[in-house]
Amino acid sequence: MLKDLCRRMFGRSLWVYHANSGGCNGCDIEVLNVLTPYYDVERFGIKLVGSPRHADVMLCQGAAMRSTARALRRAYEAIPEPKLVFAIGSCACGGGIWHDSYSVIGPVEKIVPVNYYIPGCPPRPEAIIYGVAVAVGLVDKKTAPVQFKQAEFPIPRYHPSDLKSDGEVVVYEKLDRV
Amino acid sequence: MSLLSKVKEALVCLRAGRVTLPYPAAPRPVAGNFRGRPIFDAAKCIGCGGCAANCPAREILIHDVCQEIRVLRYVGRRCTYCGRCADVCPEKAITMSTDFETATDAIGDIGQTIELFMSTCQRCGRCFKEPSPLERLKQKGYRFDDLAHDRWVFGSRAYLDTERAVDDIRIEMD
Ligand code: SF4
Ligand code: SF4
Ligand code: SF4
Repeated sequence: MLKDLCRRMFGRSLWVYHANSGGCNGCDIEVLNVLTPYYDVERFGIKLVGSPRHADVMLCQGAAMRSTARALRRAYEAIPEPKLVFAIGSCACGGGIWHDSYSVIGPVEKIVPVNYYIPGCPPRPEAIIYGVAVAVGLVDKKTAPVQFKQAEFPIPRYHPSDLKSDGEVVVYEKLDRV
Repeated sequence: MSLLSKVKEALVCLRAGRVTLPYPAAPRPVAGNFRGRPIFDAAKCIGCGGCAANCPAREILIHDVCQEIRVLRYVGRRCTYCGRCADVCPEKAITMSTDFETATDAIGDIGQTIELFMSTCQRCGRCFKEPSPLERLKQKGYRFDDLAHDRWVFGSRAYLDTERAVDDIRIEMD
C-alpha cells in the first residue's frame, strides 16, 4: 500500500529535507554527493529543500541524541502528509557504534517512524540512490534475512545410563543420533 | 573580463561532456578495496565468539541456549563495515562482500542468524582446549544477549564470574 502511495504521490517529484541529528558528517557528505552532477538525482525529480514544510521526505542522518531528539520530532511534524522518512547510515538505522553512549537515545526510529533503511557507514552514493529507487519502485530490494539452523546434532550424545558393563569392557548400546 | 570568465566556464563544461552515471539502470562496480556487508559462513564458523567480542558496534549477538547450542546473530543495522570481525575470525568464516545494495523497508532483512553446535569432549564433557591465538580473542564464558530485541546485554560475563572485569562499566541499555 505504501509502495503504491509512493509511486502515485512521489513518482514525479520528491522533495527532500535533510536532517542530521548527530551524525559525524560522513553521511551528509554522501547525501550531498548524490545531488552532484555525477549522480544527479534530479533525474528522478529529487530536490533538496531548506524547510521541512516544503518537503515530502526527511532524510535522517545520525543517531537520535538527547539534545536533538525534540528538534527532530518537530521537524518531522512540520512535514505535510503524506511523508516518508529515510534512515541513512548505520547511526540512523541502529545507533551506530555509539548506540550505548550516554548522550545517544538510539536509532532515529525511536523518535520518528522510519519507512526505509539504508545501512552503511557511510552508505555509498549508489546505495542511497538504490534506496530511493526501492522506495519509488524502480528496483526491487535484494536483501532477505538469512537463518541457519542446526538440523541434527553431528555427534551422538552419550549418557551414563546407556553404558553397560560387559565383563572387562564397557559397551555403549545406544548409538542413534539425538 | 567577467564575460571572458563565463565563456571559459562554458568551455570547461562543454569539454567535460556528460558525466552523469546511469546508475541504477546500469550496474556500478565498486573499487577494489571496497568493503560491503559481512557474510557469515555457517559451515566454517566454530562459534568461538571472537567476532562478537571484537565488534566495535556490538553488532554480533550471542545467545547460549545451552552448553551445546550457541546462537550467533548478526543484526546488521549498526554495522560500520569495518571488517574487524573478518580480520579476527580464526576460521575465515566471515567474508567482507562488496554488496552495498542493502536498502530495505524492514530492518530485519539485513540480519543473519546462525545456530551452532558447540562440541564438547566426549571423554571429560568439557570443551576443547583452544590453541593460543584463539584463546586470546574468544568469548570467555557464556553470553545471553537479548535476541528478541536485538539488544546486547552488557557485562553478561559478570553473570557467571564472581568478579567483574576491570574495565566493565555498567550502562543502562535502552
Ligand atoms: S553512519 Fe557512519 S558516516 Fe554516517 S553519521 Fe554515522 S558514523 Fe558518520
Ligand atoms: S564489520 Fe565491523 S561493525 Fe560490522 S559486524 Fe564486523 S566488526 Fe562489527
Ligand atoms: S570469529 Fe569466526 S569462527 Fe568465531 S564465532 Fe565469529 S564467525 Fe564464528
